[in-house]
Amino acid sequence: MTTAPQTLQMPPGRRRTSPRTRARLTRAVQYVVLAAALLAVAFLTDWSKVGEQLFDPTVAADLASRMPRGLWNTVRYTLGAFAVGLPLGAVLALMKLSSVAPYRWIATAYIEFFRGIPALLVVLSVGFAVPIAFGVNIPSMLAKASIALGVVSAAYIAETLRAGIEAVPKGQVEAARSLGMSHGRTLAQVVVPQAFRIVLPPMTNEIILLTKDTSLVFLLGMLVTEYDLTKIGRDALNSAQGGLTALFVAGACYLLITLPLGQLTRWLERRTSTKGRGK
Amino acid sequence: MSATSPAPTVVSVTGLRKSFGEREVLRGIDLDVAAGEVVCVIGPSGSGKSTLLRCVNLLEQPTSGRIDLLGVEVTDPDVDIDRVRTHVGMVFQQFNLFAHRTVLDNCTIAQRGVLRRSRAEAERVALANLERVGLADRAQAMPAQLSGGQQQRVAIARALSMDPMLMLFDEPTSALDPELVGDVLGVMRDLADAGMTMIVVTHEMAFAREVGDRVVFMDDGVVVESGPADRVIGAPTEERTRAFLQRVLDPTHQHPGA
Repeated sequence: MTTAPQTLQMPPGRRRTSPRTRARLTRAVQYVVLAAALLAVAFLTDWSKVGEQLFDPTVAADLASRMPRGLWNTVRYTLGAFAVGLPLGAVLALMKLSSVAPYRWIATAYIEFFRGIPALLVVLSVGFAVPIAFGVNIPSMLAKASIALGVVSAAYIAETLRAGIEAVPKGQVEAARSLGMSHGRTLAQVVVPQAFRIVLPPMTNEIILLTKDTSLVFLLGMLVTEYDLTKIGRDALNSAQGGLTALFVAGACYLLITLPLGQLTRWLERRTSTKGRGK
Repeated sequence: MSATSPAPTVVSVTGLRKSFGEREVLRGIDLDVAAGEVVCVIGPSGSGKSTLLRCVNLLEQPTSGRIDLLGVEVTDPDVDIDRVRTHVGMVFQQFNLFAHRTVLDNCTIAQRGVLRRSRAEAERVALANLERVGLADRAQAMPAQLSGGQQQRVAIARALSMDPMLMLFDEPTSALDPELVGDVLGVMRDLADAGMTMIVVTHEMAFAREVGDRVVFMDDGVVVESGPADRVIGAPTEERTRAFLQRVLDPTHQHPGA
């Protein structure tokens, strides 16, 4: 038996650019585009106007004294809403996974409803419709904000939790049950701890969205001591000087809350890693 | 031990049927396993052998038929199945170690929660069983840090830590790299030699022949042939058994006509 020659015949004619050269060219083009975009923004910006209308240092310094209270109120409203949303969301998630059909229907209806309507409407309803309909007047601003934003976030949290529970492999449940562990014990010791890790990133999203949604509570009508970050910023817009500066300062304050949250999540994720601790 | 009286029956399956929707996977299975017996279930994929095993400890709910396990009728709708499962160890093809717990915790979690053993007692039992499978030195590792063969041996130690009276193995070596299969089969052989009652669903014919007291060949939801390992694998009487063994033992089909 004769063997055919074992050398690859490259096509004749002009040599094509190698994949490596092409990758290098593409990268160079991307850097050029980026640099051009940055230069364009720098040239098109009217820096003197920015200094006086969008970021006026004297106005910013003036506002700084009022910001801590706004920051604290925003954090309070967020935590209050989360304290309502998490338990309610957990109950809804369990209802959605229930073997009792009406529970599933109720949970589905709740989630679809509150996901589907703007949070603004819910805030207005809690502030004005609920007192009329039920004759109850919720006295505390914190309670009103927590209930209004909590019932909305519960709908999102329920879906996040349900997806997390369902993402735990079925084999984990089977292993636990085959060791004689009851349904409840399996849920508590095997499913929920593993779902927690899966749920961490979307749950962080949830809290960040909630933080920003607290800007809607101004609709409820507030005392000056109850002002959140956005309300303080909006109020300061009315002063003669500084243009939009106040809003930018308020925005920066939101980052003071949300950036550490992201950091906390990454830390928790590392800590609960299944690939061994530390090392 | 009981040379005079016959060994008591540990598992008794009668007329077991199981359907998934329209598809009938088990079509009338009868099987008895005596104490200390090692029964290997072989057969082509889709023959229902895994489903049979999963019906024994009710991970699958039988459609009809009766199963008695350690003297308890588990097909009784009101059976306390958690209690029965405590005495029946199960080892899965995909190991199913609890990914968020260390090797040691995997072996103690059910001992403490279900058997109510103290932490010290549970850890003593767990370490003894990890020693038995040769992994006592990995007690603090996370499952993801172990090879497949090591994970499967931990899974065996986890099941043994409950002091089971019966062990069920569902294709325990099918997900392993070939060079890791031997370690797991070795542990299982030691277990059989120590007198454990075992039902093993497997494709390892050498193991079935050497360790199995009895081999059950299943195809299409029924038991086709059952008997001493040497006879069923060495000299099968049924045509379907012969055809299956031909394919398994001679996978390269060098002699398709034989």
